[in-house]
Amino acid sequence: MSIVMLSRTAANLYWIGRYVERAEFTARLLEATIRLDSLSARPAGQGAWKSALAVASATQGFKATGENISPMNVSRYLALDESNPSSIRSCVATARMNARAARVALTREAWETINRAWNNLKGRTSTGGVQATLNLADQIKAEARGFEGAINRMLHSESYWFVKLGAIIERGEATARLLDVKYHLLLPEGERVGGMIDRDQWLTLLQVVSARTAYHILYPEGLKPWLVAEMLIFRRQMPRSLVATADEAGQMLSAIAGAIGKQGQADRLARRREAALERLTIDSVFQNGLHQFLIGFMRENAELDAAIAEQFRFT
Amino acid sequence: MGASGTFDEIWGFGARRSARPGLGDLARWTKQTSPAEFERRQAAAEQYFRDLGITFAVYGEEDSAERIIPFDIVPRIFTAPEWASLSEGLVQRVETLNEFLRDIYGPQRIVADGIVPPELIYANPQFCVPAAAARPPHGIHAHICGIDLVRTGPDEFWVLEDNARTPSGVSYMIENREAMLRLCPELFEIYPVRPVDTYNDSLFQMMVSVAPESARRDPVCVLLTPGHFNSAFYEHSFLADTMGITLVEGSDLEVDDDVVYMRTISGRMRVDVIYRRVDDDFLDPLVFRADSMLGVPGLMAAWQAGNVTIVNAPGTGIADDKAIYSYMPEIVKYYSGGEAKLPNVETWRCREPQALKYVLDHLAELVVKLVDGSGGYGMLVGPTASRAEIEAFRAALKAEPHRYIAQPTLALSTVPTLTAKGVAPRHVDFRPFILTGANGVTVTPGGLTRVALKEGSLVVNSSQGGGTKDSFVLADEGDAP
Repeated sequence: MSIVMLSRTAANLYWIGRYVERAEFTARLLEATIRLDSLSARPAGQGAWKSALAVASATQGFKATGENISPMNVSRYLALDESNPSSIRSCVATARMNARAARVALTREAWETINRAWNNLKGRTSTGGVQATLNLADQIKAEARGFEGAINRMLHSESYWFVKLGAIIERGEATARLLDVKYHLLLPEGERVGGMIDRDQWLTLLQVVSARTAYHILYPEGLKPWLVAEMLIFRRQMPRSLVATADEAGQMLSAIAGAIGKQGQADRLARRREAALERLTIDSVFQNGLHQFLIGFMRENAELDAAIAEQFRFT
Repeated sequence: MGASGTFDEIWGFGARRSARPGLGDLARWTKQTSPAEFERRQAAAEQYFRDLGITFAVYGEEDSAERIIPFDIVPRIFTAPEWASLSEGLVQRVETLNEFLRDIYGPQRIVADGIVPPELIYANPQFCVPAAAARPPHGIHAHICGIDLVRTGPDEFWVLEDNARTPSGVSYMIENREAMLRLCPELFEIYPVRPVDTYNDSLFQMMVSVAPESARRDPVCVLLTPGHFNSAFYEHSFLADTMGITLVEGSDLEVDDDVVYMRTISGRMRVDVIYRRVDDDFLDPLVFRADSMLGVPGLMAAWQAGNVTIVNAPGTGIADDKAIYSYMPEIVKYYSGGEAKLPNVETWRCREPQALKYVLDHLAELVVKLVDGSGGYGMLVGPTASRAEIEAFRAALKAEPHRYIAQPTLALSTVPTLTAKGVAPRHVDFRPFILTGANGVTVTPGGLTRVALKEGSLVVNSSQGGGTKDSFVLADEGDAP
């Protein structure tokens, strides 16, 4: 008899992975937006905060609060708002709830990092000033790194694979959304790809995915929008590129299939996506439209997410 | 009885000059260890429990500091002969409980023979009609029993209460021993203490032994918990982990064609034995409370069909009901043919007019309990109660006498205990855990000793300021110096 993992436990672990990843991504987004707007010599203004909401998929939710788009309001909504299910605070709370339910499947360190993150966050009601918000973002990034470290030190078995799988699915989705929102927003009106661009904004985008240094190493020729897109879609070396997330999702699913001795629809979808990306080049992507491509990727990612839930009986 | 009439487990009755046979070393240990050293070890023990997370959640305080049950570092000791006779009594008691359940949910001879009044069975909310349609493997209903005992003298043990539903506290028996082994290793050099961590293995073997006949050679056993919000969740996960079985919630199980399955990532897997820590009421929304989210629809039908064994079986509450308790001496005699080796505490059934009159006349001396109360609530301890409390109970008794029983206030034995003012006697009770499987009855040598930490208090419940101690059972060789 192979190891028995309850479907509920697997779902808990998967969602821990997703929510910790989402909390970290939102922290990075917040940090980068502050740098772009508040700390820049040329404040980017409302546009920067509007696009931050779009990247966080929070435009509708924020609108419902009835508040003005201001650095303070958007920061608070993205970081701490309890009515926003994807605020950093909500993500950490949900991750902790799942971790508590799956406590036996986690190591003590993994549980402790999540519990500590929640304890540090639960009393916070205000993001405070710019510096305090940056500190908060830093703290979340550190907690997420701590969690990832704890996860990587776990026995590589079902528990580990499901947490990783959740994180990877979330990561692919976030990268695609970031690229989709920023790319078109950042291209100046009427310009074709390759026209004049705003350097600050592009550096911001790279910062969100912690890829500033990586970009300069991979592309010594300087900042070009299509190269940024290429890196974030096709570079396997970039852990947040779409290709890397697609590969890693496939690896995690194979590992699980190996342990339980069977495969399903999720495995097929993952393989199909890997093969499709393999056939594409950045040129073909631009030919057919980057937006179309990214929308397609996000749809497939959502289908994969649903297939995983179905295959392992999450609900 | 005054303080001098109280039996101390180390010193016996009266002045504290010489320890009871075999307990001299423990007596010396409590005198020679400095208070500072005791304090240090006590703090280390509490830290150990906190780190392990042996905490109990207080309902509605999810995020508040989690509480640990106070642990006292001075153990109580049972000598080998004491334990031998205690065990005999426990085996007889538990065998009787199972005989009684088999009979009540079967031919009901004991009612026909007029030993137990029929209304106490049929009008009892604990009587589980659907259980009459089941035939649990080997006729065992109460697989796990915790018998609450009190002591008043060297050979005077009394059964205070039978727990035949889902007795808890066994994790304390095992973890208290872990703490003692770490913190007081010298005691284990002095005394040949029998291990208690055999319990997990015995429990698992017992579960395997009562699997349905249809089960495969390696039956799949699970532990069903109400979830991590339950105050005993630590114990549930501890037991599942140490037995290597899966800890499931109701939503992890499904019933199809009277067969129980658990939902796993590799598909559904048939379940043969369920150690449930969910009360009867919540077990199956199709049969019991329809609003229960903790149970499994169809579970009772699967059990009645004999496709799954539920440990303990539904309906065992009828055997540990306080109204039935008062008939236990007759019940033991009826099934075993002999006298009860472990006597009951004398009990007045307030439903009987004579008894009620006596109780009302002697309220200040008696302990009065709700028939269906637990946890030390709904209880009057006459000698320590205020006038107002006594009068309140008098009124309640007159209004609904059938809901109450009364017992004499027993001078519970004491064990030296670490207090703010040094080592001092505190009252204790004792809950051993007894397993019944296809291969007979197993009494694990040990149990949960609960101690009333307040001076003079007789209430040992953790919800009312009680603590726990380790309970040493000595092996034969080291009997007595």
